[in-house]
Amino acid sequence: MNQGSIILQTIARQALYVIMIFSFFLLGRGHNEPGGGFIAGLLSAAAVVVLYLAFDLAFVKRALPIDYKYLIALGLLMAVGTGVGGMLFSEVFLNQSFRYVHLPFFGKLELTTAFLFDFGVWLVVVGGTLTVISAIGEE
Amino acid sequence: MELLMSLVIGIMFAVSIYLMLARSMLRVVLGTVLISHAANLMLINAGLLKRGAPPFVTGDKNLAVVDPIPQALILTAIVIAFGVTAFLLVMAYRGYQELGSDDLSELRGVEDEH
Amino acid sequence: MAVLAPFALAVLVPFLYPALGRRIGWLVALLPFSLFVKYLSLIPPIMQGEPIFINQAWIPSMGINLTIYLDGLSLLFSLLITGIGTIITVYSISYLGAEEALGNFYVYILLFMGAMLGTVQSSNLVTLYVFWELTSISSFLLIGFWFHREESKYGALKSMLITVFGGLAMIAGFLFLYLITGTFEIREIVAQAGKVPGSIYYLPALVLILLGAFTKSAQFPFHIWLPNAMEAPTPISAYLHSATMVKAGIYLMARMTPVLGGTLEWFYILSFVGMITLVYGSFMAIRQSDLKAMLAFSTISQLGLITFLLGINTKLAVAAAVFHILNHATFKGSMFLVVGIVDHETGTRQVDRLGGLARLFPITALVMMLASAASAGLPPFNAFISKEMFFEATLHAGGAPFTAWLFPAAAVVGSIFTFVYSAVMALKVFFGPLQAGEGHGHGSHHTHDVSPTYAVTHGHDAPERAHGHRGHDTHGSDHGSGHHDHEAGHGHGGGHHGDPWGMVLPALALASLTLIIGLFPGLVEYSLVLPAASGAWGSAVKIPHLALWHGFNPPLFMSAVVVLLGLLGYRYFYRLRDVVESVQNARFNLNVLYDRGVDGLVKGARWLTDIQMTGYLRDYLVFISLFFIAAVGYTVWAKNGLKFTGMDLAPVSVYEYVLAGVMVVATLAVLWMPNRLAAILSLGVVGMGVTLMFILFRAPDLALTQLIVEAVSLAMFLLVFAHLPELKKEIVSRSEKAINAVVAVASGTLITMLLISGNATRLFDPISRYYVENSYKLGGGDNIVNVILVDFRGYDTMGEITVVAVAAFSVYALVKLRPGKGGKQR
Repeated sequence: MNQGSIILQTIARQALYVIMIFSFFLLGRGHNEPGGGFIAGLLSAAAVVVLYLAFDLAFVKRALPIDYKYLIALGLLMAVGTGVGGMLFSEVFLNQSFRYVHLPFFGKLELTTAFLFDFGVWLVVVGGTLTVISAIGEE
Repeated sequence: MELLMSLVIGIMFAVSIYLMLARSMLRVVLGTVLISHAANLMLINAGLLKRGAPPFVTGDKNLAVVDPIPQALILTAIVIAFGVTAFLLVMAYRGYQELGSDDLSELRGVEDEH
Repeated sequence: MAVLAPFALAVLVPFLYPALGRRIGWLVALLPFSLFVKYLSLIPPIMQGEPIFINQAWIPSMGINLTIYLDGLSLLFSLLITGIGTIITVYSISYLGAEEALGNFYVYILLFMGAMLGTVQSSNLVTLYVFWELTSISSFLLIGFWFHREESKYGALKSMLITVFGGLAMIAGFLFLYLITGTFEIREIVAQAGKVPGSIYYLPALVLILLGAFTKSAQFPFHIWLPNAMEAPTPISAYLHSATMVKAGIYLMARMTPVLGGTLEWFYILSFVGMITLVYGSFMAIRQSDLKAMLAFSTISQLGLITFLLGINTKLAVAAAVFHILNHATFKGSMFLVVGIVDHETGTRQVDRLGGLARLFPITALVMMLASAASAGLPPFNAFISKEMFFEATLHAGGAPFTAWLFPAAAVVGSIFTFVYSAVMALKVFFGPLQAGEGHGHGSHHTHDVSPTYAVTHGHDAPERAHGHRGHDTHGSDHGSGHHDHEAGHGHGGGHHGDPWGMVLPALALASLTLIIGLFPGLVEYSLVLPAASGAWGSAVKIPHLALWHGFNPPLFMSAVVVLLGLLGYRYFYRLRDVVESVQNARFNLNVLYDRGVDGLVKGARWLTDIQMTGYLRDYLVFISLFFIAAVGYTVWAKNGLKFTGMDLAPVSVYEYVLAGVMVVATLAVLWMPNRLAAILSLGVVGMGVTLMFILFRAPDLALTQLIVEAVSLAMFLLVFAHLPELKKEIVSRSEKAINAVVAVASGTLITMLLISGNATRLFDPISRYYVENSYKLGGGDNIVNVILVDFRGYDTMGEITVVAVAAFSVYALVKLRPGKGGKQR
């Protein structure tokens, strides 16, 4: 199947989860601390790139049967959606808003439309990077 | 610090422009990567360096923070530069595959387009 | 908003045409007809001096409005446009075969109708200009209707270049008027007309606006496009290039008379240009062997006559001008329609090969008799009255003493030539021995109205080509072979006998007006002529009654001279034509000048493009860099912007010096590394250096992002390397290398100096304070950079992710979608 080293493969598998979780962590806290859609997106993409390096394209394709191009479209749609959504409440396009919600167990939680926008950014960056890398890699 | 950075940035610009004037497509790509680094440093240099804490809101109103605007500009610029680099690279190698050359002096479109 | 109706129908035509086929002509004809009826109903209020005014704001901030203003002058033109438009549309139903691109034809003609109505009805100079240029465009499309023929393309382009050049000059003139009066509204300009002639902008405004009018109305020396415009289908020539569009220039001059008129400049420019055009056009018409070319020059000459009258600028002259606009449209339009019938039925328009056609087409002959009698200025036709008024006006023109004899003499000479060609068209073609051209021998029809022998072939206008008119044999052979081509596929039948009713009846309707108006001038005097003249004059105009008989007076005597000498000229037509030609041949040729000018323009533009557009990326970059250095460097130097003292500096620690040193070394290493892997790794070192810099400069987000981008980029470079050749040593000439080095070092130096000066010069407070203070309050976030990205400057981020998406899709397309492999995805 491939000649990748066992060590790299084993680490890559475990690292994927760790990096992904860290990526979402960065995405989630991006509004208040270092992080955000760009960084998180690149990081997630990097995790998949590590998989490419350790295994091969066919393996990753089986493991992650996603067409990355759709992620781009979805991300753009989401970003535009938050903008248009604001317009429904007679706000200016892309004017973000936020609410604080008190949940019994988690305490104070901030909900922002900006997070949705940032998630759109995340999707576009992940989708874009992986589209490029996989397109080149498949050559 | 700003004076030192100005010199470094100037050198980076000079080298990147020299690279972009080369004939090899790969050198041109390297030049564009380098020029985007230089431009990013130039932006952050323009906002003055090391004049306070990282740009986060804290309880302390009197705590000075560095200028956040160049940082926001650069963050987008980094990602765009990445996309452009990817595009140029792929164009270089697809061009090489189709035309058999990465020498820009040989890639000149149709000889007489008029 | 009747102006917009033709545009609306034009949009519908492509959808209706497949369903209706040829019948669509009737539907289209309905529109100008109903508009015509509507405008007729507007005559009574406008006779009372109550113009119609509709205002629709368009760009109110710049004083540009869609204003419709209908006074007598506009109404006269509107009636001509819709009335003749109806006749032309009906005529063309029979004229154009079903195999022609009728959909295009009717779209263009409706486009023209709307544009022309807009031109004569808009009361705002800017909207007038827009409609004016639209008429040029629709004329271009209609002249090039048979776009597969070189002559059509040549003629279309020529008319476009000349009239659009005039249009541009005209809008510049309008801007001068705006400078003087501060408004684009014609009525407001007329109200301030007193200010205009004294202004320093008067002369440029006058000259530029007249350039527009002269080019549009084919005044000498801009007339050269009109003969080539005859490549259009004949009903189009009759409509645009005789009855309406070419009169747009006349309309403009009439409209501007109250504003610009009344000065010596106006008097001399207009009357002399008009006079020269009148005499020259009629003189040139004599020598044409092609009936349509003859009509083109006769139109030029008649337009000159009207310009001449407007230049004389007395009440009588202005009234004569508007009356002649109406008359000319009736008789010249009919003449065109008849020539179209002759061409359609016999396949030729060569004067020398036609004769005695009255036996075949008696009604057509009748139409031509009526129209050309009017054209010649014979009583009791309408043009006799306007021509008498013209003679009267030239006799009392004023001006310098020499004009007192020059103007009437020129008027008589022009009228004699006019008489001669009118007589040729009616008598030579329709009487005498029967000759029906070569087409007779073929025994079939020709849908194309332009025979290959038409004088405009090979990019020269009639005078050029007509040199060889003595060699009729060559013409004949050209003609025969050319027509075989044209005939292919045109099978719609009928012999030569009998008038083609679909075309003759519209022509007859138009021609009968010449007699009706001539016999009963009162019909139009109060309803059309006087209101129109008042509109052009600026106040009410009163003149002696329009009538055929004013007693024995000088104009009558002049008319008698014209008829006598004209008959003589017709008797010795061939000898006269030879004389005209011998004079003409020695003349400096305007068409050659035009051709050389266009040619030179194209060559010059190509030369200028070739200098800079070398096709080499390096050259472009050198140009860009040099321009950057020159423009920025000069500005900074000239504005004394360089400042090296008083920098606002942060302290530098030792490890920062080391980091900077490493970055410089790594940067230079990218340049000198012998192989690509080493170069990429050096670049990676630079990238890591930048990351460290970001950490030092308190930018954690940037550092994180840069770090990951470096990693992913490296992976990408390595992947691509599999498909790229190894770096070669550049084989470049020493001078090229030197230039590169100088450009690079100069750019770098300039940037360093700019950064230092920028740091030393603080002109205003940074704008970041707002973001720092409002990040939490308005954006609900503590990470100011992130809040700027997703909230304050969300638009930028939106654009940015779009760029990423585009780049990704482009890469995908470059790699995956390959032409040559069926263009399919692999």
